[in-house]
Parts: sequence; C-alpha cells; structure tokens
Amino acid sequence: MIRDFVYLRANTVKEALDFLAHHKDDCKLICGGQSLLILMRQRLVTPGYLIDIKSVEELNYINFSPKSGLKLGATTTHREVERSPLVKKHYPVLVDMEENLASVQTRNWGTIGGNLAHGDPTGDPGPVFIVLKAAVKMANKERERTVPLEEFFIDYFETALEEDELLLEVQIPVIPPKTAVAYEKFNIIKNDQGIVSVAASVTVDDQGLSCREARIVLGAAASTPIRAKEAEQMLIGQKLNNKLLDKVSVKASEEADPVPDIHASEAYRRRLIKALTKKMVKEAWEQAKTLA
Amino acid sequence: MENILLHLTVNHEYYELYIKPKRLLVEVLRDMLGLTGTKRGCNTGACCACTVLLNGAPVKSCSVLAIQADGAEVTTVEGLAEGAKLSPLQRSFLDHGAYQCGFCTSGMLMSATALLKEKPKPTKQEIKESIHGNICRCTGYNSIIRAVTAVAEGKYKEGK
Repeated sequence: MIRDFVYLRANTVKEALDFLAHHKDDCKLICGGQSLLILMRQRLVTPGYLIDIKSVEELNYINFSPKSGLKLGATTTHREVERSPLVKKHYPVLVDMEENLASVQTRNWGTIGGNLAHGDPTGDPGPVFIVLKAAVKMANKERERTVPLEEFFIDYFETALEEDELLLEVQIPVIPPKTAVAYEKFNIIKNDQGIVSVAASVTVDDQGLSCREARIVLGAAASTPIRAKEAEQMLIGQKLNNKLLDKVSVKASEEADPVPDIHASEAYRRRLIKALTKKMVKEAWEQAKTLA
Repeated sequence: MENILLHLTVNHEYYELYIKPKRLLVEVLRDMLGLTGTKRGCNTGACCACTVLLNGAPVKSCSVLAIQADGAEVTTVEGLAEGAKLSPLQRSFLDHGAYQCGFCTSGMLMSATALLKEKPKPTKQEIKESIHGNICRCTGYNSIIRAVTAVAEGKYKEGK
C-alpha cells in the first residue's frame, strides 16, 4: 500500500519550483509515475508531499531546428516522441528505442523527463541520449543550469538533480554528417528492460573508409549508463574490419562494471556486452558508410 | 490525510468524488464506482489487465494516480457496449472464443479498441504490437489476434 501524502499540483514551472523550494527532501516529483508508483507501493519511496507536474504544459514540447537540434520538454511522453514526425526524420534511432520501450500503456503516460530523473541504469533513453551527446537543462528557484547527460547519472537511482531542482529539457544536438547511430538491448521478452544494452555512433571520413569519431555507451552494464571510452579510441582512424570489431568489443566488455542480479551473472553480462558492441558498432559504421 | 476532490467522466457519466490522494485510478473505478469490469492483475504495472482509455489512450489504471486523471474522460470495458448492443470487437471476441479464464479480456478489449479507433485497418503486426503489454496467462493470443483481425477486415459492423 502506498503511504499517505499531501498532493500538490503544479500547473507551471514556477509553481513546481516554489513547491520544491518549500518542501525539499520531504517531497517527490511525479509526472507519469510509471516507475515511481511501483517504488511508492513497495514503500521504498515515502514522500510527505507529492508534487504533480503532469499538467505543466509549458514542458510538453518537441522542437527541432537544423542549428540547435532537438529539444524535448521534460513532460513529453514516450509515445509523443515515438510518434513525432520531426524525431522520425532527424533521429530515427529514438523512434526505434521508443518502440521497444515497455508497453504502449506505459509509453502513453510515462515521460522522458521522468525516465531520466528516475536514474535507473537499465533505462533505454539514457544510453541513446548520451551517444547523441545530449545535455539536460535543470532549474531551481534561483537559477538554471545545463549539464551533459553523461554527467547527470551518478549512481543507481541517483542523479545530479538537487533536492530543489526540476529537470526542464533534454537537448540533443544535430547528428553530424556521415554519422550513424544504432541502439539495441538484449532481453528475453521483447520490450522488457534490457539485461544489457549498447548504443554506438560512428562518423566516417569523406571517403567513407575510416572512422573519424565514435561513441559507445553501455546500458545496464554498471550503476549508471557508461561510455566505453577506450573502446571508442581504438576505432579512431581505423578501417572497418572484423578483427578490429572483435578487439573493440572485448575492450568495451572490460570497461563495463556489471553487477550480477536475478537476470544475469557478471560474466554473462560481459559476454552480452561484447556481442552487442560488435553488432552495434558494425551496424552504425555500415550505415555511416552509405552516407559518405 | 485530507481527501481531495476528483472530477472524472467515466463512460460518459460525470462524477465528483472525494478521494485520498494515494488512490489509484483502478481503485476508484472498481472500489468506489463499482466498475469491476476493469481487472486488477499484477498490481505492479506488468500485466496490463487493468488497461482503460484515458482521453482515448490506453493506460494502466494501476499505474496512474486517480487524481492525475482529474478532468479526464475515462472509458472502461463497461463503456464499450451500447446498452445491450455489444461493440463489434466484443462480438468478435465471443465468436472467436478469444478468452479462456477471461481475466485479461477487459484489458485486451481496451487495447484493441484504441488501436482500431486510431487505425481501422491495422496489419497483423500492428495488432500484435497493440496488445504486446497485455499478458494472457492462458496463452490464448492466437484467438485474440484472430478476433481483432476479423473486425479489421470489416466482418463486424457497428450497431447489430
């Protein structure tokens, strides 16, 4: 049973920030609540005040400009991202990601901001957004700040958000030319959370021969989504071949810090990371080649 | 804890109810309004048996605080038939034996109703995706998909 709380509905960002400033560590924000309500039911989270930002319309938007890229308001639902023609056109990997994220029911009510603020290392948006070099904008009553998403996740269910801060927006830069992005998670039942997941981005040179830039982000491979930076480095300046992919994927599996749980042992997770890294880097690279 | 006022339209009927803020939508529907057609299955957001339409979109009523539905329009399985007239999808479910124990049926009907409203001629893949989250422990998926397909193929007309 959920413990009783005082319900506070915020209709604007200002109202939400006022509530946060007032109640600080005795409150919790709810938007879609698709993850939070489970924790509240288990009494792992027992806020005295629940601040509802579901009806903060000013945070429900999807904008794209060829200069600054994509901006997703925090209360935008997964389903809105999945269905957005703008997202489909400029960031097809996000549509793929959403279509495989939980059920239609969850995507209809759950939000992008809520997913990130929840800080679950098995979440899908985290790795994909980090590979896309996303940043998140947050605010409290006094100021706004923007941090790279890579620095946003701190530990299991812990993020850079201070107790009086609200996540406002996810900012995703334009995908550079000759760049392709791929994401996949491994699970037993389709659309479940990933046992591990890997996002990769590859930029090829003008001839489409060698790799100019690469990013590899691992999900459910540590207490937060993490970049496999050494594996990324091994790709720079190289030409695509199987030997290289093998070496890179082994490196990525070594860089991971997987925690064994009911779904998989540490060793099994490393094997999965190796296999998925190879597959994703190859997929991104081959797709990037066609853009050169 | 102080009760708060919830305004809710369920199956075209308007309600004003005083509820505890922690009440889930499924609790209000079943325990306060007596609409027990909506089933409470896993209670953890995993089975979708409690699916209802919230402003036309399928959501899990066990995973939505009732107060978050304030001012919204909810459709439950009781809202599909018009009086004694079953909806085309309900008739197709009957004809195809698209249920065994029946516990998942309300949720399946709601998910498929939302799909058919948005896309009257879905592909088989789209039908499968629309009920992807709805778990049938009797594993009667094939007959459910056949029932939805028959409606999509125009074999069941409105108002019979």
